[in-house]
Amino acid sequence: MAKLKDLAAMEDRLVAGHGMCLGCGIPLIFKIILRATEDPLIIANATGCLEVCTTIFPRTSWNVTWIHSAFENAASTIAGVESMYKALKKKGRIPEDKKIKFLGVGGDGGTYDIGLQALSGAVERGHDIVYVCYDNNAYANTGGQRSSATPFGASATTSPEGAESPGKLQRRKDLTKILVAHNIPYVAQASPNRWQDLYKKAQKAFEIEGPAFLNVLCFCPTEWKYDESQGIRLAQTAIDTCVWPLYEVENGKYKINYIPKEKKPVLEWIKPQGRFRHLFKEENAWVLEEYQKQVDEDWEELNKLAKL
Amino acid sequence: MKKETWKELTIGTINLDAGNSVKNLTGTWRSGKKPQFIEEKCIQCFFCWLYCPHSAILVEGGEVKGINYDYCTGCGMCSVECPPKEKAIIMVKEEAKLAEGGAE
Ligand SMILES: Cc1ncc(C[n+]2csc(CCOP(=O)(O)OP(=O)(O)O)c2C)c(N)n1
Ligand code: SF4
Ligand code: SF4
Repeated sequence: MAKLKDLAAMEDRLVAGHGMCLGCGIPLIFKIILRATEDPLIIANATGCLEVCTTIFPRTSWNVTWIHSAFENAASTIAGVESMYKALKKKGRIPEDKKIKFLGVGGDGGTYDIGLQALSGAVERGHDIVYVCYDNNAYANTGGQRSSATPFGASATTSPEGAESPGKLQRRKDLTKILVAHNIPYVAQASPNRWQDLYKKAQKAFEIEGPAFLNVLCFCPTEWKYDESQGIRLAQTAIDTCVWPLYEVENGKYKINYIPKEKKPVLEWIKPQGRFRHLFKEENAWVLEEYQKQVDEDWEELNKLAKL
Repeated sequence: MKKETWKELTIGTINLDAGNSVKNLTGTWRSGKKPQFIEEKCIQCFFCWLYCPHSAILVEGGEVKGINYDYCTGCGMCSVECPPKEKAIIMVKEEAKLAEGGAE
């Protein structure tokens, strides 16, 4: 089992001085993931908070080879780098025993939405890459537009709550399931509050040959509108309410990695967050009810799959 | 400092100065509150190190030693996640900023 003290002694691959907000979840996620391999790492990063806030010219927070990618094609960029590496190895220009790991990264906008085609293609072609989506449920970097990962009922700038609407009226897209349907070796969902679980999943993802996908819940105080000291507490509530189940699918076999002792009502997840505040209005009670129903259905289905 | 022009840029604007953002002192954003470390209450669990988004926990000789106010933005996650009943990190009021930004 990894010890935090040992992880802290490792080199920072993402250093201080980046511009991410107070209490942001992104740096915590990558503090863990970037320590899950000791091999040299090449990263392609779709635009979004992580990309923008770490590379404001002429500065960079990256201590590894890092490529800015357009919004829609981080997976293609990293797949191309991996192909080049293989070709150069074949030609003998990279030594046979030299190991390099390839990581594609994007937010939910860059992954669930605009980058989905690139990601689908890259994993279907079987590149030996890891792709990490940090899912903060919105296009946070451009001011909080809704994405297909935004939860049902949440208010976002392009699905605002008001007299005409109780927030987003579409059910959240289940991207993890879509990746599972690609029949790739490893797909997992994680959250930074369970750091051991996230660390192990990232290690597995890097070790496995072929494509691996991690979908990591990422709290965002700016768009979720909660007290910025409470991010880790909120992530705990997300897994205790089963809004964000922790599970992995290795070679098609499902495993749930966290089963709450007592499944909490979705109400506890929405209570501290301003983006759900309107759900406490009487006329929106049905939205909360519907949200709970969706979460229950997904959790039940996941449990069935894990029993197969 | 002489201002750079496009002529000094590397091809593809590749940044060869890896990790140079450490020159951005994010501690200048902090306002209102700051964490205070109380060494004798610390159980060296490293949760504060883990959950600090701005790499502002000082680790020396394998031990958590305090806060680097040059980078601390005052979010307070370290204090919330510090496990001892009597916390080893508490948030206190801060009147003046401790870090000055823009240093080269
Ligand atoms: C093709 C294209 N459309 C729009 C933009 C503007 N843009 C930059 S970042 C961003 C939002 C990214 O959202 P997400 O992927 O969820 O990452 P987050 O900002 O939440 O980290 C948008 C819309 C762009 N750079 N390229
Ligand atoms: S907007 Fe949200 S995701 Fe983006 S840097 Fe701020 S807290 Fe992090
Ligand atoms: S979280 Fe608290 S007890 Fe743990 S190392 Fe940090 S200061 Fe010490």
